[in-house]
Amino acid sequence: MTGREFESRRGFRVPGDGRRVGTESSPAAARRLTSGALLLLLAFCLSPPPARAQLAVRGETVHTMAGRAVTDGVVLVRDGKIERVGPAASVQIPAGYKVVRARVVTPGLIDAHTVVGLSGYLNQPHDQMQLERSAPLQPELRATDAYDARERLVEWLRGFGVTTIHTGHGPGSLVSGQTMIAKTAGESVDEAALVPVAMVAATLGDGGRAEGGRAPGTHAKMFAMLRAELLKAQEYDRKQQAAKEGERPARDLRAEVLARVVRRELPLLVTVHRAHNIVAALRLAKEFNLRLVLDGAAESYLVADQIKAAGVPVIVHPTMFRAAGEAENLSMETAAALRKAGVHVALQSGFEGYVPKTRVVLFEAAAAAANGLSFEEALATVTIDAARLLGVEKRVGSIEAGKDADLALFDGDPFEYTTHVTAVIINGRLVSEEAR
Amino acid sequence: MKRVLAVVIASLCVCLAARAQERPVAFTGATLVTVSGPAVEDGVLVVHKGRIVAAGARASVSVPRDAQVVDARGKTIMPGLVDTHSHVGGGSGGDGSAPIQPDVRILDSIDVRDSGLRRARAGGITTVNVMPGSGHLLSGQTLYLKLRRGKIVDDLFIRDARGEPAGGIKMANGTNSLRPGSTGPFPGTRAKSAALVREQFTRAQEYREKVRRAGGDRSKLPPRDLALEALAEALEGRRVVHFHTHRHDDILTALRLAQEFGFRPVLHHVSEAWKVADEIARAKAPASVIVIDAPGGKLETMDVRMTNGAALERAGALVGFHTDDYITDSRFFMRQAGLAVRAGMSRERALRALTLSGAEMLGLKERVGSLEAGKDADFVVLSGDPLSVYTKVLETWVEGVRVFDRGNPEDRLYAVGGYGAGHDRAVHYDCFEDGEGQR
Repeated sequence: MTGREFESRRGFRVPGDGRRVGTESSPAAARRLTSGALLLLLAFCLSPPPARAQLAVRGETVHTMAGRAVTDGVVLVRDGKIERVGPAASVQIPAGYKVVRARVVTPGLIDAHTVVGLSGYLNQPHDQMQLERSAPLQPELRATDAYDARERLVEWLRGFGVTTIHTGHGPGSLVSGQTMIAKTAGESVDEAALVPVAMVAATLGDGGRAEGGRAPGTHAKMFAMLRAELLKAQEYDRKQQAAKEGERPARDLRAEVLARVVRRELPLLVTVHRAHNIVAALRLAKEFNLRLVLDGAAESYLVADQIKAAGVPVIVHPTMFRAAGEAENLSMETAAALRKAGVHVALQSGFEGYVPKTRVVLFEAAAAAANGLSFEEALATVTIDAARLLGVEKRVGSIEAGKDADLALFDGDPFEYTTHVTAVIINGRLVSEEAR
Repeated sequence: MKRVLAVVIASLCVCLAARAQERPVAFTGATLVTVSGPAVEDGVLVVHKGRIVAAGARASVSVPRDAQVVDARGKTIMPGLVDTHSHVGGGSGGDGSAPIQPDVRILDSIDVRDSGLRRARAGGITTVNVMPGSGHLLSGQTLYLKLRRGKIVDDLFIRDARGEPAGGIKMANGTNSLRPGSTGPFPGTRAKSAALVREQFTRAQEYREKVRRAGGDRSKLPPRDLALEALAEALEGRRVVHFHTHRHDDILTALRLAQEFGFRPVLHHVSEAWKVADEIARAKAPASVIVIDAPGGKLETMDVRMTNGAALERAGALVGFHTDDYITDSRFFMRQAGLAVRAGMSRERALRALTLSGAEMLGLKERVGSLEAGKDADFVVLSGDPLSVYTKVLETWVEGVRVFDRGNPEDRLYAVGGYGAGHDRAVHYDCFEDGEGQR
């Protein structure tokens, strides 16, 4: 089943049917409705679903995240892409475009690190696929083999304006597996995936220690094991490159993935909280010339200069993350401190093992906006800066012509507790109109 | 050296604030969210000797001549928040030996130096019900605390009419207190859970009857039984039963038990309250809800909704909030009211749920929960509207003593976090430490 069929079956948009709060049909669409509603219905039943409606999103304030916010702005959406954006005075809404209004429009939000889709909301063994505990190093585990596009938390995040997530294997073992980048729409992983293999996830701290006398039992051992594995990957890569056609050594799925890491094709996403472990991770990245992305990084404010010097970006822990364990010294102002030091920062919902089963990155950005970041800076951590960090800025993260039409609509300041998300648009489709 | 001096000065300020109660203090020009009545613009709050002397519009309040006047223009003052369910202080309850342990008191295990208490003050919380966990049908006695800056837990007690530390009883139903498959004393099903509870309350009824018949004659009294004694206090209504419950059928079971034995319940979490809001209201059972960021995390919370507060309000039930710290962080307690309003609750009821309704649930509404003359001087000075994400708790006062000041670097550390805020490496500079904490 295609995504379009799925959306139609669910009763999502077809031209002219939108009599819901916050939306209105353009005059042309209304005429079509009155002149041929029955015909349209008949056609809808008998033939493939019609092409998606073209949309005109009209916002009192449009935060494009590409230049200054536009007052009384219009975003034209055509065939899933942003066609044009600008002030209403200069952007004419073509006939047939369905008009959706909002007080505030932002790019669809990006959660720079989560486990939603792999870690289900029931929290039962059958829906917890973010961590395989049988071995400490399993980079060959693909996120795409585990992502459930229909998981309830995917829909939950989507309802709060989150349209892109970087998700996959979670923290909890030395190398837990791969991550992917997905849209929060689509019925299957193939429909949802934006980048099927995004990063390789590692944990360098207490979370990565094995229990029961198994290795790695200490932080130093974790680094020793990871270094050995990266050396093997370098060797594997060298042999593969040097071999003549038909004489290549047997494929090793694990070494193959780590070879992509040592070739800098895939970043190593390292969940790490203590300052001294962060420094050790920077040392490792330098030794193997890795593309490192720091994750969590509770005490990163202590070593912001070193992180900046290494040119390493940080996906900061949720602003409201629990101050406990290795993250006991976390600060709500870390995103602001790192940004001030010139470090590239994005925010995440992270991993939750109990209640609530996930956080919502909109709320975490809101808390960051109240703790040192400006409104624009906080919004950037969950839009354009997150997109750049994840390498998907050509597709998502800002409202610019040619980019995917992923938008979040609000009835007030997006960060205020009492504001609602009034509509969410992904790939040019209205996927949620329930006020949340 | 400069830093040391700053710390010394900061500590001195804290000490002065901690003792400055001989003179009245008047906060003038603030917006007063009184909770008991409508908000007052350009209001005046006068406190003296730990009590509120007056709270109202500038024209209606006379500032005592000897008062220390604090210009609070642009700020909002509301009652200290009442958290009806928290685990700050690292206290413990019953162990794994039995599912019902009314004799176990959390007051024997509270660490008042726990950073959780400091974070709670930073969140504007002044009264808190600290509870043992939900892994038992009855995990022990809870404790109501005022978040005074105390050296030992006794300094934080709220004394009841008999002079005893006030608290309730913690009960739970649903899956947390089940041990499916166990052959031990813990129940494996919901019906067994209710049966075990009924059995113990029946014993307590008998015990109470024996005590009554003894009529004060020591020779006729039954041997003292600490567990039955505590349950008897619940039967007499002297201890409120704080009942952890999620699913709608479990909520109804809790109400059924309360009705059968006549104990006073406060329902906690009530994740499926939206399904049985009318039943809860009809039973006149107060409900303390928690607003969390997503459904699930366990089977019983798969249907939790942010609209619970609104549904209970519409049904006419008494609604409170709780942090369940560390399920949610005490510093974000006010956020729950904001999210509840987002989901349809009225602003007035949401603010009341943070304060006066919680006080009512703990039997403390005569003393705390609103800005009214005669009540304890427990209040919070805010930088703006209580329901805004941008609003900061600037100061928290308990009984006329400032226990949190965002302007003090050490207090600020606990408010926003940072190096040293961690539990393992708590640093204390306040006057009650007597040098012991000067690391």
